[in-house]
Amino acid sequence: MAGNGRSDWLFVLPSLVLVSLLGLPILALFARGVNPDFLAFALTPTALSALKLSLLTSSLSLLVSVVFGTPLAYMLARWKFSGKSWLELLIDLPVVLPPSVAGLALLVAFGRAGVFGPGLSLMGVSLPFTSAAVVMAQTFVAAPLYVRSARIGFAEIEMQLEEAAHVEGANQWQLFRFVMFPLAGRALVSGGILTWTRALGEFGATLLFAGNLEGVTQTMPLAIYLGFERSLGVAIALSVLLVIVAVIVLLVMRRMETKSDNY
Amino acid sequence: MRPTIPLLILALLLSACGPDSPRLASQSLRVFAAASLNDAFSEIGQAFETSHPGSKVQFNFAGSNTLRAQIEQGASPDVFASANTKEMTTLIAAGFVQQPDQKIFLTNKLVIVVPKGNPAGIQSPSDLARTGVKIVLAAAEVPAGRYARQALEQLNAAYGENYSAQVMDNVVSNETDVRQALAKVQLGEVDAGIVYTSDAVAAPEVGQIAIPDPYNISAEYPIAPLVHAPNPELARQFVDFVLSPAGKSILEKWGFTPP
Repeated sequence: MAGNGRSDWLFVLPSLVLVSLLGLPILALFARGVNPDFLAFALTPTALSALKLSLLTSSLSLLVSVVFGTPLAYMLARWKFSGKSWLELLIDLPVVLPPSVAGLALLVAFGRAGVFGPGLSLMGVSLPFTSAAVVMAQTFVAAPLYVRSARIGFAEIEMQLEEAAHVEGANQWQLFRFVMFPLAGRALVSGGILTWTRALGEFGATLLFAGNLEGVTQTMPLAIYLGFERSLGVAIALSVLLVIVAVIVLLVMRRMETKSDNY
Repeated sequence: MRPTIPLLILALLLSACGPDSPRLASQSLRVFAAASLNDAFSEIGQAFETSHPGSKVQFNFAGSNTLRAQIEQGASPDVFASANTKEMTTLIAAGFVQQPDQKIFLTNKLVIVVPKGNPAGIQSPSDLARTGVKIVLAAAEVPAGRYARQALEQLNAAYGENYSAQVMDNVVSNETDVRQALAKVQLGEVDAGIVYTSDAVAAPEVGQIAIPDPYNISAEYPIAPLVHAPNPELARQFVDFVLSPAGKSILEKWGFTPP
């Protein structure tokens, strides 16, 4: 035992309570879900098209978050400008907002009758009820997790290293390729894990902004909710499937995380 | 002298709770009701509390299937009011409700709703089949969605056999409950939706286009006290109140048709 004797239970007991709360529901899901009907429930065309759409949209949300979030995170870590703390607050906001508020806000902004709706329809763009709306909803709630993590990662790199690279004649791309990305790698990857899994699990904002149509906007969490309306067996089978996918995603990303430590 | 005051309080409490005390100060009643009953039942609940002093009615509004599943999984309300007979029949078969306790307390019809200004110019059910019209329905898994699909099938007799398929091609979203479908119409995000007439009453700003009676459906709503109701006496009184003239007039006010 790593602890020192008799007071171990002070740590073990409270931990056990929380671990039980986190673990028992997942165990129960598997206990109920893994039965001869599992494959029949989980491999229905509805479940498969939802899984495909979920993997596609959550990957796109991660891509959007990384491409647009990395420069933003660097700015927040390194630059000083007025209104910076307000910008940080704005980026943190979606993390604490209920998803239903996020979905309604997106609809009121980019919906057909929304604030920017008429402008968008002049350009021939209609966002609600499309797969693009799913990606927007997921990015809205999940991107801040990546930006926060990347900002901390960049901020922890010492300024001298960056200055030295500039003195050595490194251009912006070389600076990031050989200094910033390797050193902030762990933060970037763990931010990516959080963003991807959050996007994979997004429900409320998607339902409000993108609606629910099989193959177009019906992601796994939506299919599970409707499976619950249809029959508990289907909902549990789909849930088990999503837990398995989430565990695989976590394991793969963890593997990458440890690799990036060895740079 | 110190212990006497707590003892006195204890004695008072015991006498108040004793079997011969006339009645408890407050009795709470838990009612599980279909999402479409939200407005009408909230008002009925208030009226019931007024006419039954000391009672407190708590509601859980959700899709009837969700409520049925919650009861099957161990939730124990006093009363269940469903938007279709299917869920109630399932609960009767499983022994949660006794067959003779079930009463049909209202019927509901479907109506086409359009947002303010009617952007797509919907004039009759036939316009729903026009290319490019954006339609929202409740999902086929919830009663309102099942009824809507049934009505569309029945409208094939009036508008041709491809009618319902063409309308279904225009559906941009199958919402998780009927109020979500209504909300998308209220926000102007779609050109039309199919909801209960009672939902349309709750949203006066939307326009209504009737579905003619021969093609419309008649949704029957059953209500019943649960076998394991924590408060069986009050549960019966609540069901009686819903069926009473006072209950009926509130239901009518919110667009329902008592049988």
